[in-house]
Amino acid sequence: MGFLNIEFLVASAVGLLTAAGIYLILRRRTFPVILGLSLLTYGVNIFLFATGRLMVDAPPILNKYAEVPYTDPLPQALVLTAIVISFGMTAVVVMIALAAYLSARDDKIDMPHHPEDEGEDA
Amino acid sequence: MNHFLIAPVVLPALVAPFIIMVVRHHMDLTRIFSLASTVLLVAISLVLAAQASTGEVQVYELGNWSAPFGIVLVLDRLSALMVLLTSVLALIINLYVIGSGWDKRGANFHALFQFQLMGIIGAFLTGDAFNLFVFFEVLLIASYGLMIHSGGTRRFQAGVQYVVYNLLGSTLFLFALGTLYSVTGTLNMADLAVRVAEIPAEDTALLRVGAVMLLLVFAIKAAVIPLHFWLPASYANAPLPIAALFAIMTKVGAYAILRMYTLVFGPDVASTEGLAGAWLMPAALVTLMIGAIGVLGSYRVGRLVAFGAITSMGTLLTAIALFSPEGVAAALYYTLHSTLAAAFLFLVADLVSERQGIEITAQRLMPQSGLIAVLFFTGAIAMAGMPPLSGFLGKLLVLDAARDHDLVWWIWGTILIGSLITILGMARAGSLLFWKSHSIRETDGPQETQPYEEEANEQDELQQRPRPAALPFVACFALLSGLILLTVFAGPASHYAEATAAQLFAPEIYIKAVLGKVTP
Repeated sequence: MGFLNIEFLVASAVGLLTAAGIYLILRRRTFPVILGLSLLTYGVNIFLFATGRLMVDAPPILNKYAEVPYTDPLPQALVLTAIVISFGMTAVVVMIALAAYLSARDDKIDMPHHPEDEGEDA
Repeated sequence: MNHFLIAPVVLPALVAPFIIMVVRHHMDLTRIFSLASTVLLVAISLVLAAQASTGEVQVYELGNWSAPFGIVLVLDRLSALMVLLTSVLALIINLYVIGSGWDKRGANFHALFQFQLMGIIGAFLTGDAFNLFVFFEVLLIASYGLMIHSGGTRRFQAGVQYVVYNLLGSTLFLFALGTLYSVTGTLNMADLAVRVAEIPAEDTALLRVGAVMLLLVFAIKAAVIPLHFWLPASYANAPLPIAALFAIMTKVGAYAILRMYTLVFGPDVASTEGLAGAWLMPAALVTLMIGAIGVLGSYRVGRLVAFGAITSMGTLLTAIALFSPEGVAAALYYTLHSTLAAAFLFLVADLVSERQGIEITAQRLMPQSGLIAVLFFTGAIAMAGMPPLSGFLGKLLVLDAARDHDLVWWIWGTILIGSLITILGMARAGSLLFWKSHSIRETDGPQETQPYEEEANEQDELQQRPRPAALPFVACFALLSGLILLTVFAGPASHYAEATAAQLFAPEIYIKAVLGKVTP
């Protein structure tokens, strides 16, 4: 099972999450779209985590007394920032979508077409 | 280290929570603090602009961590110019919003407004790509709140689209940054520039992917075809004075393109040479044309101006896509003009829609119809690029800069035909709104049969509202005088733009200022 290494697992996780996310954001109702956005942000978080190269059993700290392997700490900080931001953004989009649903009694993501709207995007 | 550099970011960042936590229940105090903060912001950015005009690049290291390990703010001519433009625009819009009472129609307007300014100004000042992402998020999350300010079904629905689209953009931004980091191991822009230039051209497949993804992200912000779909619906359904502030947000995208593709993926970098220009130029030309056609086809005042803004983004990006010093200088002059012009027309559109609803139809004569007609006329002239206002000069500069480009006839043709179509669209809207209404008398005017519930409510609100104040007109005339000043002082303005472009095409100065302490 030589291909089941950590790189393959992480890469396929990113790919799966992104593919599922893109499928879901193309749906017409807001709930699946928001789920798709969440999956996409999970995908990008794992992707960011891997940009510092994947190391197993290595601390993100330089050791000045011994030559031990270490992992790049910066992507971890970036992921932390990205997680916080995407968490807040998801909360905002849920609230706005809820407001739109409650005032329109409909959770379609498209704007309703006005009789005069023919041929226009909206 | 010049601590003054961080003041325009810190000031709104402090005022906004203060407004939320302390003076939230006192509308007058909120307005006073918000306005005072914006005035102070103008003063600060004037000082910064004066400092930057010497040509020196100033660096502020956050937490005194030296670059590339810490985050830096960088002030050069371009940043200073954009910060100044933002703060002046913010002051004028703040006046308009207070005068028209838009800030009373929903909660926490001024706090969100300050956060929005913090995000925009931070994005202009930062010298770190990931920090740029963070400031993008700050300005976006504030804009989500402002966009749905005062509510209404259509506004919420447009808000959902706007937020979803921008969240996708943010995700793409993260993918792009991750790709760049995995290749270069840094996210500091100056350091990126050094590392990108060092990578041998045959190893740059991943780097080019990252560069194109980044271009896509900024193109979403700048509303370039085919990524512009969010703009008409969001701007037209946002409160129109907010849309006027958003006129600077599309420029954040243009600024980021300009910064990244002159500094990091500059014209001299072998691996990404011509990459941005080759993609951006046709897209910008199509953007220009679609925007012009949209102006002609719009049936609502908000959409009319939104498409006008798309046209001006098309012209602006055409100039940027030349990636020559003349092109960038023209783009900078045109940025100043188009931001003021778009904001001006959005405010006039708000004056119109406050009085007679959002449709472009002939209705009973509205109050101050003559004055608003004059304002609309001058705004339309400015936006379409007719003489004597600065739009004409701006377009002339763009046309002149494109003279040696391979696609020169395409560029000239598109800009000129686009301008013609814009003029037609503006003339159609203006004559419907202001001339045809003279032939409709009080009694036989079409009754307001609004198809949407909330628009009917807006109409009810409209009748209850007291006589409009003078402050909105003050704001409009301030923007108009900005346009006139830009025309009268076109010489000094374009000299500054040329100096800025020269600075952008000599990235060594920027890199040395940021990394000076690290590299020997």
